[in-house]
Amino acid sequence: MSALNIKRGSTSHSAYDLRDPYAEVIETHTLAVLVDNESGVLARVIGLFSGRGYNIDSLTVAEVDHEGHRSRITIVTRGTPQVIEQIKAQLGRLVPVHEVHDLTVEGPAVQRELALIKVSGKGEARIEALRLAEIFRANVVDSTLESFVFEMTGLPDKIDAFAELMRPLGLREIARTGVAALARGV
Amino acid sequence: MTRADKGLMTGAQMIVQALKDQGVEVVFGYPGGAVLPIYDAIFQQNDIRHVLVRHEQGAIHMAEGYARSTGKPGVALVTSGPGATNAVTGLTDALLDSIPLVVLSGQVPTFMIGTDGFQEADTVGITRPCTKHNWLVKDTEKLAETLHQAFHVATSGRPGPVLVDIPKDVQFGEALYSPKEKIRTHYQPKVKGDIDQITRLVEMIEKAERPVFYTGGGVINSGPAASQLLRELVEATGFPITSTLMGLGAYPASGKNWLGMLGMHGLYEANLAMHGCDLMINIGARFDDRITGRVKDFSPTSAKAHIDIDPSSINKVIRVDVPIVGDVGHVLEDLLRVWKSRGRKVNKDGLAKWWKQIAEWQAVNCLDYKNSEKTIKPQYALQRLEALTKGMDRYITTEVGQHQMWAAQFLGFEAPNRWMTSGGLGTMGYGLPASIGVQIAHPEALVINVAGEASWLMNMQEMGTAMQFRAPVKQFILNNERLGMVRQWQELLHGERYSHSWSESLPDFVKLAEAFGCKGIRCSDPKDLDDAIMEMIRYDGPVIFDCLVEKHENCFPMIPSGKPHNEMLLGEADTQGVIGAKGAVLV
Repeated sequence: MSALNIKRGSTSHSAYDLRDPYAEVIETHTLAVLVDNESGVLARVIGLFSGRGYNIDSLTVAEVDHEGHRSRITIVTRGTPQVIEQIKAQLGRLVPVHEVHDLTVEGPAVQRELALIKVSGKGEARIEALRLAEIFRANVVDSTLESFVFEMTGLPDKIDAFAELMRPLGLREIARTGVAALARGV
Repeated sequence: MTRADKGLMTGAQMIVQALKDQGVEVVFGYPGGAVLPIYDAIFQQNDIRHVLVRHEQGAIHMAEGYARSTGKPGVALVTSGPGATNAVTGLTDALLDSIPLVVLSGQVPTFMIGTDGFQEADTVGITRPCTKHNWLVKDTEKLAETLHQAFHVATSGRPGPVLVDIPKDVQFGEALYSPKEKIRTHYQPKVKGDIDQITRLVEMIEKAERPVFYTGGGVINSGPAASQLLRELVEATGFPITSTLMGLGAYPASGKNWLGMLGMHGLYEANLAMHGCDLMINIGARFDDRITGRVKDFSPTSAKAHIDIDPSSINKVIRVDVPIVGDVGHVLEDLLRVWKSRGRKVNKDGLAKWWKQIAEWQAVNCLDYKNSEKTIKPQYALQRLEALTKGMDRYITTEVGQHQMWAAQFLGFEAPNRWMTSGGLGTMGYGLPASIGVQIAHPEALVINVAGEASWLMNMQEMGTAMQFRAPVKQFILNNERLGMVRQWQELLHGERYSHSWSESLPDFVKLAEAFGCKGIRCSDPKDLDDAIMEMIRYDGPVIFDCLVEKHENCFPMIPSGKPHNEMLLGEADTQGVIGAKGAVLV
C-alpha cells in the first residue's frame, strides 16, 4: 500500500481540513516524531503502538542532532481519522517527545525509502534484471557472476513494483529501511 | 578538603536531599539489598519520616491515599526485583486514576544489569506502560537532576506515577548535588484553554435549554481553587451537576444542584439528565466506559464540550463539539470571566422546564431499597455510617465492588480530597493501605475504609503497618461472605451459576483484630448498629469492624453492559434476561 495513497481533499494543501472525522475509511499517514535520544525512547513509542492496538507499516529511527541528543522517528501508520488523531495525541504526551508532525496533512512532503535487493540468475534473466534496474534507476552495488545487489531509493510503491518484477528473475532477499520523510520547502 | 567541603554527596544522600528539597515529609517503603545505601541515609536523618509497609503494593496504595488526600505527590521506596514487581499494580492504579506518585526502586549495580543477577528485573521495562514516565539512572551525576525532573513530571499536566530505578553503585557513587532550581525541562503541558473555544462554550451556556455539568477527577486534581470555581459556576448558572466516581466532593453533595453520581451504578436522575440533555459540559472527566454505556447511544441529542488537560482524552471515545485543552482551574476562571462580561445570561425558561423534568426523575427515588429488621442491609449500614459521621473531619477510602458503589451512592462528600477509591483500575486491596496513607497525612482525622471482606483480605497484612505507626484507621467491612459484584453479575448474566464467588473459611475478623493488637467489633443486628459504629468511631486506635450484612443484596440502579443510559435497571423486578450476548462480552 502506498504511503501517499490519500483521499483527495484530505490534506491541508487546501486551507480546510476536509477529512470527515466520523469516516470509517482507513487512511495511511506518515508521522515524524522528534524525541530525546534517551534509552528506552523507542520502546516507549513502539509500546504505545502495540499497547493501544495501532498499526505500524514502517518505522525508521536515527539520531539527527548529536549535540542536542535528538532522534527523529518516522512512522507510517494506518487508521481511521479518529485513530490517527489519537495516535498523534498519545505520542505528543510522551515525556521525551518534543514534536509530532503529520506529514500527510501538514503540506507537501518528500518521502523516500532505500532498499537493497539481491537477485541471482544466469543468462537472459540476469540481463533482464539489469535492464529493469536501469529503468528503475537502481544501482548495482555488488555483483558476482551469478548475482547482483541493487540499491534503489524511492517511494515504497516503486520498491514494491521493482521487487515484484525481480521475483520471477531470481529475487533472493530484500532489505528495506522504511520511509524517511521531510516536509517540502522552508 | 573533605568530600563534604567539595560539595560531594553519595547518591543515597542525594536522594534524601532531593526528597527534602521537594518538600517530602513521608516515604512509604520496604528495604532490601538493592536499596540498603538509601536506607542507611534515611537512618541518619530526621526530616523525612519512613513508614515501613508489609508488602510493596501496600506502599504504593498508601502513597496514593496520601497524595489524593493532600494534593501532594506520594513517595514510595522499594527494592529491586520483587520489590519493584510488587509495585506494578499500584503504579497501574495510579496511572489510570491520574495520581501523582514518585516511586524509587533499587536496582542491581550497573555492571550487573543484564546478567540475571539476584533480585534483578527489568524494572523500567516492566513499568514503562504503567507509569507516566520512568528513568534508569546510570550515573550518580545525573541522579539529583533526574529526581527533580521526576517530581516535575509526576505533578505537571495530567498527574501520574513516575518511577526512578537506581542501581546500587549509583547510590554509593559520589557527585555534586544539583539543586531543584537548576533543572531544565521541555515538559510544560499547556494549562490555559483556547479563549475562542471558551467563548463558544459560553455562547452555548447562554442558550442551553437542558444543560448538565459532568465533572470528574480532573477537577480535584486541579486543586481546591478549581472546586471553588466549579461551585461558583454551578450556583451562578443554576445548571444541574453530576460527577463521576473520581470527582465526588468537588461539588458538595448537599448542594442544591447536585444530581448524584452518574454511570453504571449512578443515580437515575443523573443518567437520564446525561441522556436527555442538549448541552453536556464535561469538566475533567474522560468518557470512561462505566459512564458512557453503549457509545453509539450516548447522550444522542446533546452538543458536548470537553475540558481536559490531556489532549489525548479529547475525542478518544466520544466526539465532542467544543474541545478545550487546559487545566480545569484556569479554564473555569476564564469561562466565568467571559460569561460574566457578557451579562451572565442563561435560558431561564428552558432551565425551569429542565429542572421540572429532573424533579420527576428524582421522585423515582432510585436508591430506595427494602430494609429489614432482622438483617443489616448494606445500604442501611452506609446510611447509618453517613448519619453518625456527618460533619466530622472525615476521610473515606474503599475497596472495590458492591460496597464501593453503595458508598458512592449513600455517603455524601462536601469537599474534595475526602474520597479515595480505585476508579479506573478497580483494584481490590486498595482501600486498607490507602486509608493508612490518608491517616498518616491527617493524623487527627477520622479515616474509614469502607470494605468488602474479600477485597479487604487482599492487603490485610497492612494492619501491621497501621498498628506500628499508630494510624487509627477504621476498617468498616460489609461482610456478605460473597464476592458481591461478581455474584451479582453471575446472577444477572450467567444463569445464577455462582462460580467461585463465595468466600469459605473466612477468618474470624474480631479475633484477627486481636491478633494484630487492635480492636475488633462484630455487628449483625440492625438494632445494635448505631452503638457499634459509635464504638468504632470513639476507639482511639485501629478498628476492624465486621458488619455482617445481607448476603444476596444487589446493587441498583444498574446500567447493564452494552446498554444506553435510558435502559437502567432500578431493582430486582427489572433484572430478568436484561443482558444480551453482546453485553455479556463487556465487563
